[in-house]
Amino acid sequence: MSVQLWTWILVGLSFALYFGIAIWARAGSTKEFYVAGGGVSPLANGMATAADWMSAASFISMAGLISFMGYDGSVFLMGWTGGYVLLALLLAPYLRKFGKFTVPDFIGDRYYSNTARTVAVICALIVSFTYVAGQMRGVGIVFSQFLQVDINLGVLIGMTVVLIFAFLGGMKGITYTQVAQYCVLIFAFMVPAVFISIQMTGNVIPQIGMGSKVEGGMYLLDKLDALHTELGFNEYTSGTKSTWDVFAITLALMVGTAGLPHVIVRFFTVPKVKDARKSAGYALLLIAVLYTTAPAIAVFSRTNLIETVSNTNYTEVPEWFKNWENTGLIAWNDKNDDGKIQYMAGSAIEGKKPNYSGDRGEYGQRLISNPNDKANELYVDRDIMVLANPEIANLPNWVIALVAAGGIAAALSTAAGLLLVISTSVSHDLIKKQLKPEISEKGELRAARISIFVAVVIAGYFGINPPGFVAAVVALAFGLAAASFFPAIILGIFDKRMNKEGAIAGMIVGMLLMLFYMMKFKLDMFGGGTSEDWWFGTSPEGFGTVAMVVNVVISVTVSRLTSAPPQHVQEIVENIRIPSGAGEAQSH
Amino acid sequence: MSDKQKHASAYWKENVRYLSILLAIWFIVSYGCGILFKDALNTFKLGGFKLGFWFAQQGSIYVFVILIFVYVRLMNKLDKKYGFDE
Repeated sequence: MSVQLWTWILVGLSFALYFGIAIWARAGSTKEFYVAGGGVSPLANGMATAADWMSAASFISMAGLISFMGYDGSVFLMGWTGGYVLLALLLAPYLRKFGKFTVPDFIGDRYYSNTARTVAVICALIVSFTYVAGQMRGVGIVFSQFLQVDINLGVLIGMTVVLIFAFLGGMKGITYTQVAQYCVLIFAFMVPAVFISIQMTGNVIPQIGMGSKVEGGMYLLDKLDALHTELGFNEYTSGTKSTWDVFAITLALMVGTAGLPHVIVRFFTVPKVKDARKSAGYALLLIAVLYTTAPAIAVFSRTNLIETVSNTNYTEVPEWFKNWENTGLIAWNDKNDDGKIQYMAGSAIEGKKPNYSGDRGEYGQRLISNPNDKANELYVDRDIMVLANPEIANLPNWVIALVAAGGIAAALSTAAGLLLVISTSVSHDLIKKQLKPEISEKGELRAARISIFVAVVIAGYFGINPPGFVAAVVALAFGLAAASFFPAIILGIFDKRMNKEGAIAGMIVGMLLMLFYMMKFKLDMFGGGTSEDWWFGTSPEGFGTVAMVVNVVISVTVSRLTSAPPQHVQEIVENIRIPSGAGEAQSH
Repeated sequence: MSDKQKHASAYWKENVRYLSILLAIWFIVSYGCGILFKDALNTFKLGGFKLGFWFAQQGSIYVFVILIFVYVRLMNKLDKKYGFDE
């Protein structure tokens, strides 16, 4: 059977499964809609959290990024897993004990202030929208790549599917569909990895295969380092970023992870405090499966790529090379007229993307109009590493189709979780808690469903017309969460003396500082600047760490200069520190 | 301070002690072994891995998972000891 047919079958089957679950798990009350009734088992919640967390970016882009970054790619691996330790130890149990629906709920009550609640709602909305736009785009790309439909049609299909299961089931429907999506995506990620590991190293487990010997008795990583040095790249295992910058980016990603509202809200759905801790453990275990496999895939595909294309005659390259060239993700320009592909360090083109002139060269290659004068002749888009991997390794068609179904599952599950946070922020934190407190449960549920619909439409619009700053903005989401939420929540639990003046001042200064730095160095506003002008050599991606420290210092200083929080708030803090008597999640 | 409050604050102190120890390990494996002392550790090898590189791309993640489950066990015991389990 052809790849095309296999893809339709596997994607169709997985969709049927998601719909079935959505209909089975319809939500009847706001509690079911917001936190799945607070009755999800820790393992199921762990799986849902993992699916929620692992987005199209984790599934499709991360291994490719690492494959081009080598050691520097570790910032994603440690940054996007280490945050769960902070969540499990410092946040999840206490927020579960607190027992409300949302993060702004906690901030609003702990800091006895609607201003604090509003600041938190705004942060939650900014973070979630920037994220969800990227996911919708991801759905569109996967659809267009594998099912040969237009990208925009792909986005529309994705919107409809997410809408159906989020609209019907709320958190309950989303949680159980995400359990299914986790199974699909992890299976789809592991199968090609295992196949390739066996092919290259004879080892079934990719995590071990990565450190094993290849044919000829050399260790795979040593071989890759040697290939890199030979072609003028830095050693794969060494990297190029400064130690401080790696440190700062890793910390910003970790803390940002622990501060993301769509991750935190997960821990409101389990019955007890001890389940919240355990659930974070399961979530990280299930995430770690993908995150320890990704660096192995990165090494395999990097080695495969270099060995296949370097100094190979264009007329002899395998079929996949020309397929991806046709989709615009690979470009070759024969600068020295020898008909062979020279792949070396440095960019092969002017600008970021190849401009195809529309003509074919003497070997049938697509000509480009923007080559530069460096020796490197090859442009490879990072995203193809995971998508093309099964083809590069000559795996059967059903494996290629499986990767498509997995990519779609990853994008859909994350989009659904984010949309729910957005709708909750609007219907619960804004309408119920601020604008119209007398609203009935039915009315609130209706408001939640309407806002999910509006959110899907807006997200879909951004998916079809992606703003140019999307890539910059995703990094901003982590920095913002690190600079705003995280200190306010941690101090709210661990510092009884922290008051509203301190927390609000900290959140606002942290957020503005982060926004300023990102706009200056990512979007060229306020005079712009190059990496030479970075403060203390910190990249914008790592600046969340600096902004977070500033937030903490300001919060603590301001709180000590103003009056202590009222008695009932101090009692709330004492109460959340004790795990017993969590009861059910409450709206009041 | 009432007896109940003393009881609760003793529980909290033990919890914070566990947190400090576990977070110290969390910091050492990732920021220590994987980043700050990576170059020194890279002179050692674990199979085909340079050790610092292994910590950064594999080892720290395994330790993170273990840390959470150790914390779950410690806290379940502590809850029982103080009668806060349910």
